Amino acid sequence: MRSDLEMIDEWIQPNIRVLDLACGPGELLHHLIQNKKVSGYGLEIGPDDLNTCIKKGIPVLEQNIDEGLQNFDDQSFDLVLMTHALQQFRRPDLLIDEMLRIGKECIITFPNFGHWRSRLHLALKGRMPVSDFLPYNWYDTPNIHFFTFQDFERLCHEKNIKILRWAAVDGHLKDHWWIRSMPNLFSETAIFHISR
Amino acid sequence: MPDVIPADSVGIVTPQIAQFDTPLALSCGQTLSSYQLVYETYGTLNKNASNAILICHALSGDHHAAGYHTMSDTKPGWWDTAIGPGKAIDTNKFFVIALNNLGGCCGSTGPTSINPETGQRWEASFPIVTVEDWVESQARLADLLGIQTFAAIVGGSLGGMQVLEWSIRFPTRLKSAVIVASAPKLSTQNIAFNEVARQSIRRDPDFFDGNYLENNSVPTNGLGLARMLGHITYLSDDAMGAKFGRQMRHDSYQYNYGIEFEVESYLRYQGEAFTKRFDANTYMLMTKALDYFDPASQTNGDLSAVLSRAQCEFLLVSFTTDWRFAPERSEEIVNALVKAGKLVSYAKIEATEGHDAFLFPIPRYMAVLSTFLTRIASNVTTETL
Repeated sequence: MRSDLEMIDEWIQPNIRVLDLACGPGELLHHLIQNKKVSGYGLEIGPDDLNTCIKKGIPVLEQNIDEGLQNFDDQSFDLVLMTHALQQFRRPDLLIDEMLRIGKECIITFPNFGHWRSRLHLALKGRMPVSDFLPYNWYDTPNIHFFTFQDFERLCHEKNIKILRWAAVDGHLKDHWWIRSMPNLFSETAIFHISR
Repeated sequence: MPDVIPADSVGIVTPQIAQFDTPLALSCGQTLSSYQLVYETYGTLNKNASNAILICHALSGDHHAAGYHTMSDTKPGWWDTAIGPGKAIDTNKFFVIALNNLGGCCGSTGPTSINPETGQRWEASFPIVTVEDWVESQARLADLLGIQTFAAIVGGSLGGMQVLEWSIRFPTRLKSAVIVASAPKLSTQNIAFNEVARQSIRRDPDFFDGNYLENNSVPTNGLGLARMLGHITYLSDDAMGAKFGRQMRHDSYQYNYGIEFEVESYLRYQGEAFTKRFDANTYMLMTKALDYFDPASQTNGDLSAVLSRAQCEFLLVSFTTDWRFAPERSEEIVNALVKAGKLVSYAKIEATEGHDAFLFPIPRYMAVLSTFLTRIASNVTTETL
């Protein structure tokens, strides 16, 4: 399982109702259904990912998140998840509001653009970073918003969103003391557990 | 007219007839004292009778869903693209049953059958049957064939409504429900189209208030017109445009009411061909079954409340250019199932064919169907061991 997925697995209670936005091939949801007995649905628009979910027996709905989530009732899920996708949507701020309307709690993971290597790349080369983790050019990237660990934290404060816990890890899921002490500089992936 | 039967065809099939002598109480209040259903089967039923799939047909469908009746048939069954060895509904794995619904005109008891009480054809006196009545009669056919629980029940359009009804009425009798290009009830516009179709039949002077056979007549003009209208609504604007555009019959306009554009000729042909194979009373009856279907009416319009009875898992499929049963209509079912906490997956397939897309072997559509049913088949196998 992808490193950030392993991390959040520990935070998730068994037997809850989960909505996984942009679930991809459903790795996390599959794991949670099998091991935590959660009930849940994934939303996805990629035909191959959808088929992979159907193959594994993961309930998956073809729905474009950018077109809204009005079809889900207020507080109808215990947890709304979004791993490594927030940066791909038109209005992350409004999407977070929607996620907190639908779910009692949310877990969001995203690539931290404040990582020292991104900074160094931009500072020294003067060009947008292309890495193993974000292997796209500026013009063809699905990631249309770049933000940092601190940016997200600040948005939560502005919106009066409670940060229940957070984690910051490198590409190998190691959460060394230096990452914990300076997550904005050292984490490659930021993980936030939030609620209203 | 196949010279040889294709390897992925179920081959030559023979319809069978099931006779029922237990009276069937219908939604309309009347009772059918006896009736028969014509059906076909493809594949082999396993020892536990756990690998059966029921196919529910749409407005103008019948029991001949796959294969050929004779080597001189010009066309295979209506869903041959999806049913056969190695196809999405794989007859190597499943025992597939397709029937002609009650009220039909292809061998099951319907308006053209003889009413045993009068010795005359039923015609206009045949009672109106509903989706609920069909599902009830299909369950009796399942009993007769020794099938307690279906691995899947599959249907498109009006067929999808029957599948939905199955999941509510007989929750323990199906493991999975596949509902394609359907809706939880007709929209006002849909009912309106149906009414125009019915009026065009009823106002044909050859209709004789529904007793046309007795009068040695057939309302071909009305039925043809109804089919022409229906046909337009089953296709998308783009699909018709791509097929015919403004292609003309002659080099220049004729300034009369003969055929100018190819699409006119196509529609006339479709209308006329339909009158040769379909009965007008059956057509009207099927449109009424569509109009009446509304399972949420049992729970004050709350679809998710009525669907909370369901126990099977669901697959819903819609098509982007379908405006007769638009994706939003399938999504109403999906949302109600999510609200009720049921297992459901949903795919919205990019397709140019409009509502008719559900009959086409669109690769992604077939892949979704096949992936879903392959998993259902493996569950069946695991249980058998």
